[in-house]
Amino acid sequence: MNYFKRLTGQREFMIGAIVLVVVVAMSFASPYFLSTGNILALLLGLSIEAIIAVAMTNLMVSGGFDMSVGSIVAFTGAATALLLAAGFPVFLAVLVGLALGAGIGLFNGLIISKIGINPFVTTLSSLSLFRGLTLILTKGRNISGLPDNFKAIGQTTVFGIQTPILIAAFLIIVGDILLRRFRFFRQSYYIGGNERAARLSGIGVDRLKTLAYVLTGLFAGLAGIVMTSRLGAASMTAGTGLELRVITAVIIGGASLQGGEGTVLGAFLGSLLMALITNALTLLGVDVYWQTFVIGGTLLTAVLIDQVGKKSGQSKALKAAKAATSDEVRKSA
Amino acid sequence: MADIILEARDIVKTFPGVKALDGVTIRLRRGETHAVVGENGAGKSTLMMVLTGVHRPDSGQIILDGEELHFSSPHDAVSKGISIVYQELSLVPSLSIAENIFANRQPVGRLGAVHRQELHRRSRDLLALFDLQGIDPATLVKNLNPATQQVVEILKAISTEPSVLILDEPTSSLTEVEASRLFENIRRLTKRGIACLYISHHLYEIFEIADTVTVLRDGHFVCDAVVADIDEDFLVSNMVGRTITDIYGDRPDPSSFGALRLETRGLSRAGAFMGASMQVRAGEIVGLSGLVGAGRTELGLAIFGAQPPDSGTILLDGAEISPASPREAIDLGIGYLTEDRKTQGLFLDFPVRSNLAANRLRSLSRGPVVSDQLVDEAAATAVRNYRIASGEGRKPVRTLSGGNQQKVLLGAWIGIEPRLLIVDEPTRGVDIGARSEIYGFLRGLASRGTAIVMISSDLTEILGLSDRIYVMKSGKIAGELEGRAATEEAVIALATGSA
Repeated sequence: MNYFKRLTGQREFMIGAIVLVVVVAMSFASPYFLSTGNILALLLGLSIEAIIAVAMTNLMVSGGFDMSVGSIVAFTGAATALLLAAGFPVFLAVLVGLALGAGIGLFNGLIISKIGINPFVTTLSSLSLFRGLTLILTKGRNISGLPDNFKAIGQTTVFGIQTPILIAAFLIIVGDILLRRFRFFRQSYYIGGNERAARLSGIGVDRLKTLAYVLTGLFAGLAGIVMTSRLGAASMTAGTGLELRVITAVIIGGASLQGGEGTVLGAFLGSLLMALITNALTLLGVDVYWQTFVIGGTLLTAVLIDQVGKKSGQSKALKAAKAATSDEVRKSA
Repeated sequence: MADIILEARDIVKTFPGVKALDGVTIRLRRGETHAVVGENGAGKSTLMMVLTGVHRPDSGQIILDGEELHFSSPHDAVSKGISIVYQELSLVPSLSIAENIFANRQPVGRLGAVHRQELHRRSRDLLALFDLQGIDPATLVKNLNPATQQVVEILKAISTEPSVLILDEPTSSLTEVEASRLFENIRRLTKRGIACLYISHHLYEIFEIADTVTVLRDGHFVCDAVVADIDEDFLVSNMVGRTITDIYGDRPDPSSFGALRLETRGLSRAGAFMGASMQVRAGEIVGLSGLVGAGRTELGLAIFGAQPPDSGTILLDGAEISPASPREAIDLGIGYLTEDRKTQGLFLDFPVRSNLAANRLRSLSRGPVVSDQLVDEAAATAVRNYRIASGEGRKPVRTLSGGNQQKVLLGAWIGIEPRLLIVDEPTRGVDIGARSEIYGFLRGLASRGTAIVMISSDLTEILGLSDRIYVMKSGKIAGELEGRAATEEAVIALATGSA
C-alpha cells in the first residue's frame, strides 16, 4: 500500500500514464500510429533532444540550467564538419567536436560557479556567442560532402533501429541509473535543494556545478555530431530553439528551476510526450501551427498539477506533524 | 490595578483535525505587559491570529475597551486598535525608514504624489519616542543594525496609535544588549498606556519585562499569574505539564575529561577575529559567548574549513590541521551545526532521511552507490534516538516543528561521530521541551568523548551547560571563565568590555 502510494506519487508515473493514454487513444484513432515506421520516426525525431536532456536533467537538479545547448549543437556540428572537409580523420574530428562542446560547458560553468554570474544571463550570452561563431565559421553556408564513415555514425541501423535512437537509449538508461543511485550524482540533488547547506555538509559545490555544465556541453556536442552525421551536412541553423524543447521536457518530467528534483527517466518521458502530441496532431490532420501551442499547454498543465499536489500534500503533512507533536506532549505528560 | 483594555473570553478555534484553541481566556490591563507562554503547538500563534483578525474564532468573545468586536480582516483589527510586531521582520530593506513605517499610508499631496516632508516629519516624531532623533528617516532600512530595524518595525506597528500591541518573539534576532534596549522601549510604551502582549520562548525575558503571564498548553488555558509571585520552575512545569527539574542536567567532574582535543593558537582572519587561542578537551562542553558580531561564528567556520583563517594554527589531538573546506574538516572528524538551520542547515523540501544522510553519503554507500537500506537504517536510528516526531519520515522537513527540525540537524552531525562538534545557537527558536532534550543529547555526546564548542547568545544556556566559557569581544577572546563559577555579570562585563 505504502509502496504503491509512493510509486503512484512519482512524477514519472503520472507522465507515463498520460503517455500510455495517448498511445492507446491514438492506436484507435489512427491505424498508422502503431506501425514500426511511425514509432521509429518518432523516436528518431526525439533522439537528439533526449541525448541533451540526460545531462540537462543533472544540471537542473543541481539548480542550474543551460540556454546555450542549441548553439553548442550547431557549433560542434559545424566545427566537426569543417575539420572533416579539411581532411582530418573521422576519429580526430569527432574527438575535437566533443572537446569543443565540453569546453563551452566549462566556460559556462566557470563563469557561473566561480564568478557567480547568474546561469540565465551567462548561457544566454553563450547562446548568441556560439551561434554567432557558427555563422562566422561557416560564412552562412551549409557544409556537406562529408565522408561516408562519418555519416555511418548516425545513419547505420542495428536490427532495423537507427543508431541515434540506440545512442539516446543507452545514455538515458545509464544516466538514469547514475543520477538515481550513484553517490557522486546524488550530490546534485543536495546542491539544488540548498546550496549553502550542501556546502556546509561537505559537498564540493563549485566543482560539481562546473562539472554539470561540462557534461551538458559534452552531451550537446555529441548531439551536434550525431545530428550532422545523420543529415550528412552541418547546418548553421541546426538546433535553433532546441534549448527550450530540452528544458521543457526536463520540467515536464519533474524537475524545477529551483533544483533539487527531477529524474532522467522523467525527462525522457517528457520528451516522449511532446513528440507523441506532435505526432498525434499530425496524424489527426490538425493544422501544424497548433503544435507549439499544445506543447505550451502541456508544460503549464504539468507544472500546475505538480504545484496543486505539493500544496495539498504539504498542508496534510503539516497537520499530521502538528497532531504528532501534540500526541507526544500528551503521552509524556 | 488599572482597568481591563482587552479581554478574549472562551475562545475556541478548530482546524480540520486539530482543536488549536479550546476555551482560552486572557485579560490585558491598560499599561501592562502581559506575557503568553507555552510550548510550540500550545496555541500561542493561533491566539495571536485570532486577536489580530487573521483567523475568526469558532466561538468566544473579543472585548476591546468594553465593546465586543468581530474582525473581518487583519486590517480591520489594526483600525480598531490592535497592532502586531511579527517575529520575522516585515520591512522592505531597500526602502527608507519613513517609507517602511508608513508603508501603505504615506501622506500624499496634490496629484497623489507622496508628501515627503510631512512623511519625514511624522517619522522623526516617532523616532523621538525612542530617543532616536539623530537618525535620518530617509536612511535605508538595510543600513540599520538589527536592533534599530526592530525599532522601525515597532514604530510601524504603533504608528496607527493602537491600544494593544502584540510582540511575537521580538528578541529572536537580537543580542542581549539589543534586547535590553527593546525592553526599555516596551516600558516607554506601557507608560503611555499601551498594553503589550508579549510572546517569547525565553522565560528569563518574562521575568524581566512582563507584569502578568498566561500559560497555554495543547490549546488550553492552564493558568495566569502575576509574574512577581512566581518563578521559572512554576512556568516550566505548567507549560510542559510535568516537572522538569533542571533542563541542563548535571555537569561532570572536570577530572573525567580526556586529553586536549582542540587547540587554536593565534588564529586570525581579517575583519572577523584576531589572535584567538583556545583549548577544548575531549568530553568537555566549552561555551563561546559574546555579542553578535564579536566573531564567534566566524571563528567556528574557520575551524570547520568553511572560511579558513589567514594565520595561526589549529591542532586536533595534537596534530596540526588546516582544513580548506568543510569536506576536509568532516573527514578529520569535525562537525558544525549552523546557527541558521533553515537557510544553511537543512534541505527543507527533502525528507528527514535525506537530511540525515547529507553530510555522510560516503559512509551510507556501498561502493559508489548510495544504499537505500543503509540510509533507512541510519534514519530510523536517528528518529528513535533523538525522538524526532516526523510522521512517516517521508514528509519534507519543512513541515516539522522548529524543535524537530533542530533535532534532525543535530542528529545529522552526531551521525558523523565527530571528534569535535561546533554548535552555533543550538536551541534558537526551539521550545523548552525540545531544548532540554537537545542539552541532553549534547551532554551525552560529550560523555562519549566528543569535544563540543557551543556558540550561543543565550546567556542562561551558556551558564547552564558550559564546563568552561570563552567570551569574545570585537574579534578577540576577552576572557575565560569556569562554567560552575561564572555569573551573568561576569560574562556581560567581558563581552562589553566594561570590566
